[in-house]
Amino acid sequence: MTQRIVNDFSITVGTPNGSGSSTANNTILRALFKMGIPVSGKNLFPSNIQGLPTWYTIRVNKDGFIARRASHEIMVAMNPNSFTRDLADVAPGGAFFYADDIKLPINRSDISIYPMPVKQLVRSNPEIPANLRDLVANMVYVGILAHMIGIDIEKIKLALKFHFKNKEKPIALNMSMVKAGAEWAAANLTKTDPFYVEPMNKTEGLIMADGNTAAALGAIYGGVQFASWYPITPASSLAESLNEYLPMLRRTPEGKNTFAVVQAEDELAAIGMCVGAGWAGLRAMTSTSGPGMSLMTEYAGLAYFAEVPLVIWDVQRMGPSTGLPTRTSQGDVAFVANMGHGDIDSLILLPGSIKECFEFGWRAFDIAERLQTPVYVLSDLDFGMNQWMSEPFEYPNVPMDRGKVLWEEDLEQLKGDWGRYRDVDGDGIPYRTLPGNTHPASAYFTRGTGHTPEARYSEEPHVWVAKMERLKKKYETAKQYLPRAVIQKVDGAKFGIIAFGSTDPAVEEARAYLEQEHGLKSDYLRLRAIPFTEDVSQFIAEHERVYVVEINRDGQLQQLLSIKHPQHATRLVPIAYSDGLPPTAQWIWSAILEQEEK
Amino acid sequence: MSEALPMAGAAAQVNAVGLSKNDYRGNPTTLCQGCGHNSIANQIIAACYEANVVPEKIVKFSGIGCSSKSPTYFLNRSFGFNSLHGRMPSLATGALFGDYRLKGLGVSGDGDSASIGMGQFKHAMRRNVNMVYIVENNGVYGLTKGQFSATADKGLELKKQGTNLYLPVDICMEALASRATFVARLFAGNAKQVKEVLKAALSHKGIAVLDIISPCVTFNNQESSYYSYSFGKEREDPLHDISFHAASEGPQSTISYVPPKPEIMLEADMVDGEIREVALHDGSRIVLKALDKDYDPHNRLEAMRVLEEAHANNYLVTGLLYIAPESPSLTDLYNLVETPLNRLTEQELRPAPETIHKINALMF
Repeated sequence: MTQRIVNDFSITVGTPNGSGSSTANNTILRALFKMGIPVSGKNLFPSNIQGLPTWYTIRVNKDGFIARRASHEIMVAMNPNSFTRDLADVAPGGAFFYADDIKLPINRSDISIYPMPVKQLVRSNPEIPANLRDLVANMVYVGILAHMIGIDIEKIKLALKFHFKNKEKPIALNMSMVKAGAEWAAANLTKTDPFYVEPMNKTEGLIMADGNTAAALGAIYGGVQFASWYPITPASSLAESLNEYLPMLRRTPEGKNTFAVVQAEDELAAIGMCVGAGWAGLRAMTSTSGPGMSLMTEYAGLAYFAEVPLVIWDVQRMGPSTGLPTRTSQGDVAFVANMGHGDIDSLILLPGSIKECFEFGWRAFDIAERLQTPVYVLSDLDFGMNQWMSEPFEYPNVPMDRGKVLWEEDLEQLKGDWGRYRDVDGDGIPYRTLPGNTHPASAYFTRGTGHTPEARYSEEPHVWVAKMERLKKKYETAKQYLPRAVIQKVDGAKFGIIAFGSTDPAVEEARAYLEQEHGLKSDYLRLRAIPFTEDVSQFIAEHERVYVVEINRDGQLQQLLSIKHPQHATRLVPIAYSDGLPPTAQWIWSAILEQEEK
Repeated sequence: MSEALPMAGAAAQVNAVGLSKNDYRGNPTTLCQGCGHNSIANQIIAACYEANVVPEKIVKFSGIGCSSKSPTYFLNRSFGFNSLHGRMPSLATGALFGDYRLKGLGVSGDGDSASIGMGQFKHAMRRNVNMVYIVENNGVYGLTKGQFSATADKGLELKKQGTNLYLPVDICMEALASRATFVARLFAGNAKQVKEVLKAALSHKGIAVLDIISPCVTFNNQESSYYSYSFGKEREDPLHDISFHAASEGPQSTISYVPPKPEIMLEADMVDGEIREVALHDGSRIVLKALDKDYDPHNRLEAMRVLEEAHANNYLVTGLLYIAPESPSLTDLYNLVETPLNRLTEQELRPAPETIHKINALMF
């Protein structure tokens, strides 16, 4: 046997969609996490309820690189329809575990082959009722893998306890199959592959969560009062998490709600309700994905022009149209940057970790209410629906910013002399009153048509121009309220990299690889918001070449950066690629190497 | 910022909340002279004044179209939002969560509600949003200069459009099918009826749909049209005389009830019938005095039947078709705190610091 390879490989499980494998796969992921090994798990699934092939790929990496790994060192083949492909995909020297009821030719001699008597083990377990056999069958490979690579059975039990919320019966049932698998492997398999996991201490103090849950919790700590939504993959679980956690966190001692969540009839209505609620002074949000964003565009434009605060989460998927609904992408950046017709500049937040999904969840409301405008948060399917290890969520470190709101006593002081769209402070941000204000001078009429500083209808040319100029000033003001880019600079950097969102782990790994293997050091700017601030411009000016990494075809961020920095446009080199899968470090480093070798 | 309103002088008459009629007015109309919408705007002013409505407790909403411009013609002291074409219901739904004590007053049209906005219209019904939903229905697009709307009569001929090939949508029928809790069909030419039903609608808990036939004098006022003044004047058939009585009037008022004189009497020999009362949740009452026969507005199926009958016989049935006064409105379903949501403070909205540890502990 070759030298042991410890905590540095990937495990990919191929199953038919809808076969209940997610419990098994998450159990492996969580057990490895509890063993202290840096780990990630990504569900690569089709838009389908049952039948089509689906894969779950887990990466363990002792150095903490948790981007998707392109190669599959360990493959578990449970699906006859993808068997041949799965077999071919195993990395040379890898291991192939397969359900032995699949009778297909095995034509590889460069890998270790392990048949698994899944059906037989399930049937021979008297504790498993016939109707649950298919559901627990996946636990057989958990047990076999546990024995063969060294996953701690006690940690598997912890994962199952979490999954089944400490309900003893399902835990015992599933554990019995894990043990049966492990015992069978001990008695019948001889290990010929080099892959092992060993306990580490690199996940201590970390949590494991998905981005949609993090976003919902962040919003709850941000005081979300109103959410309306329409089901869509991959955003649904964000609103569902609001429904799960709001009653726990946002009920008064008397059991009354400080929030309302409405499932709308479509995305047109979802955003319409949000605009209404935001206008009426509530912290309002909606969550959707590309097709929903398309439908929300008209109201988004009105909200921008009428200056209504609201928060819109776009959990991006592959588009256009239905596209690939269950595949990840960063394809909405250019669309959202000017979402609506006419002249529109959007405020966009770009969380780059699960912890930031939480942070931007609450921060987005402060920004929206301060600037009285829609705030877009661009997440993606990879963040939204996959489990990530993460730093724990941090309680908001600043008080809420409710922006410029005038109540009865304020109007009393002003003797009723105010104008909804007057730029009193010179920062482009006007004052507003909220429905329910009982002062006789409080009311104003909101419209999408041209309006004066006093909110009266006007089509006068100078009134229009003044309004649009003020909105532009407000956009400049916005920069001071947005999260700054995270910039890493190193001595001797050959070039810069700009990236955002879920590509961060792949970028960090690519940078390390390029430095170690090719002596190519790089500076890295992780963008966290649009509009671009001065530090972004400076970063571009400081580098002869700046690679802009993003998951889309056309280099949308690179284009936006070029428009705002025409003098440096030729420095900005797109590393843009989108095939539906979470990015790998290999894609980034090979694309950069190709450019650097030119 | 409200405009200085012309005061009626020192001796201005005020209502029970201390406001003069001027306090309920808006800006001058920019619609055609004689437009039904103007008379509706005037009845809104009169109804709110007479019913002692506090303007700050009303929020005006509209979509897009001639009708949707009209909220600036009344209640200048009320907040208002002129939203998107066909999307007023969703905006109102969200806005009324801001302060559950507010009453929405939406003005839409047949294009805005029955064409582009049919979906949102019906979902606002099923949610029982706490608002008066007026459809100023004239069977034609006015602001874009005379195209067919979804409520236009089949066979209607318009100058640039030719002949309408499609059957009309019946707003009241749609509202009934979507389980609206208050449905009335009215004729803008019957001002008194409009005013009394408006008052009742403002006191109703939940959605009150007022499908008001409101003739377009410019594009669809041909004598043959269902939406013309002449058709309404000749063919209106009120189900009852209707009057609204605020809680403050007390129960005695029924005894001294004087039937309002309908402006349009269809049949000279109409006989006084039985008096029927509907109690609303705020203690006010709607008094319905039967005309040719008793009509029970609690029966949805009967409402649909009279609508069908009117269609078959080519007359304009008006009155309170249906009411379910005890249905919970949308915000009643949400177990909300007593303080309006938009007045909650940070302390009430942000969970306590120690809860974050519990949450992190839940994240495996």
